[in-house]
Amino acid sequence: MSEPGASSHVANWPDRVHRALSLAGVTQVAYVPDAGHKHLIDLCHADPTMRAVPLTSEEEGVGLSAGAWLGGAKSVLLMQSSGVGNVVNALAMARECHFPVVMIVTMRGEEGETNPWQVPMGQAAAIVLEAMGVEARRAEAPEGVAPAVEMAIASAYNANGREERAVAVLISQTVIGVKHFVEVAD
Amino acid sequence: MSLASPPPEGATRAGGRAHGAALHRRDVVAELLADRGDLLVVAGLGASAWDCAAAGDHPLTFSLWGGMGQATMMGLGLALARRDRRVLVLTGDGEMLMGLGALATVGVQGPQNLAVVVLDNERYGETGMQPTHTAHGVDLSAVARACGFRRTMVVTSGQEIPGLRTAVHTGDGPLLAVVKVLAESPPLVLPPRDGLLLKERFRRALAGEMPAPQ
Ligand SMILES: Cc1ncc(C[n+]2csc(CCOP(=O)(O)OP(=O)(O)O)c2C)c(N)n1
Repeated sequence: MSEPGASSHVANWPDRVHRALSLAGVTQVAYVPDAGHKHLIDLCHADPTMRAVPLTSEEEGVGLSAGAWLGGAKSVLLMQSSGVGNVVNALAMARECHFPVVMIVTMRGEEGETNPWQVPMGQAAAIVLEAMGVEARRAEAPEGVAPAVEMAIASAYNANGREERAVAVLISQTVIGVKHFVEVAD
Repeated sequence: MSLASPPPEGATRAGGRAHGAALHRRDVVAELLADRGDLLVVAGLGASAWDCAAAGDHPLTFSLWGGMGQATMMGLGLALARRDRRVLVLTGDGEMLMGLGALATVGVQGPQNLAVVVLDNERYGETGMQPTHTAHGVDLSAVARACGFRRTMVVTSGQEIPGLRTAVHTGDGPLLAVVKVLAESPPLVLPPRDGLLLKERFRRALAGEMPAPQ
């Protein structure tokens, strides 16, 4: 971001995503926390029009989204890339029934990752989603996140039941920043 | 009891009586779903789905043919979306065990309009009657209680079914009831297996676009 004033714009991507969720009429926000989603999770908890639902594991979010849509409610699922490994069989159900599911995934295991345990699932996340027929969009820059979420919601919930589907927005680690582990000597 | 100990007397027999159980699953489900009013139902995969089909196929019953472990979370999403309706999840002990975390998630959300009824035959009936963890003493009602469910029940006799019915249809939830049923395999009665059709007819019936036959 070379333009002046861009840094506040950059830091604001969670606010813009929250606004996008609100405008799209999302009322259930399920999540397993990731540091990259911290601000967005706080915004959703603070929003009286949204029900923020902490999960014990990401696959619960697929069932929640499906049930919500049976009842006419839109939802999103906030998760990190390791959680993609937890949702696979639930995505099979979503695919067979054409349930809309919107996964907003913060990527780990990409360039600069400092925790090697994040690398295998991070590297496989997009491939696994593709194998399950999930349409995945990448957001490589902060200003691209909210538009990608808007498009994902429009694609998942598209008023024709046969075309409804699971979609994912993969938020690149360059947007979130690399997590650093500093050892504290005691 | 120690969970590492061998299963109680009778629990390892293939088929037959789960401990304390004398109930036929089809009778229990038929009684819970009779005159179901505006009840919305999610049926877990396998025998629970067949039981619901035997009680009468209904557009407002969503029957899972897969997604093992998802039934309770589907019930939660639906219950949060439609506070004005009662939601019943009917599922098996094996299905519930696969999604145990859902009980913690439901406990935190505390939906008053959600009931989960586990038809507990202490077996994976669909795959050859292998004993589940409940055959070894794992108590799903105690798990639900510890997770903050407002009401939990263990039902072992037919006299308790009217009380369960009242709790499901009008009681303050979230409720989890374990109903101990015989380990038997009644004749197959299958719901539609087209997932798109199940979803679309449910949504239309609920949105009032299609009258739900009573
Ligand atoms: C992820 C997954 N693992 C295993 C199976 C195979 N399976 C189908 S039904 C079933 C058992 C269900 O047991 P329970 O919920 O207790 O129902 P019951 O048939 O005993 O009423 C299993 C293990 C599956 N469908 N999905």
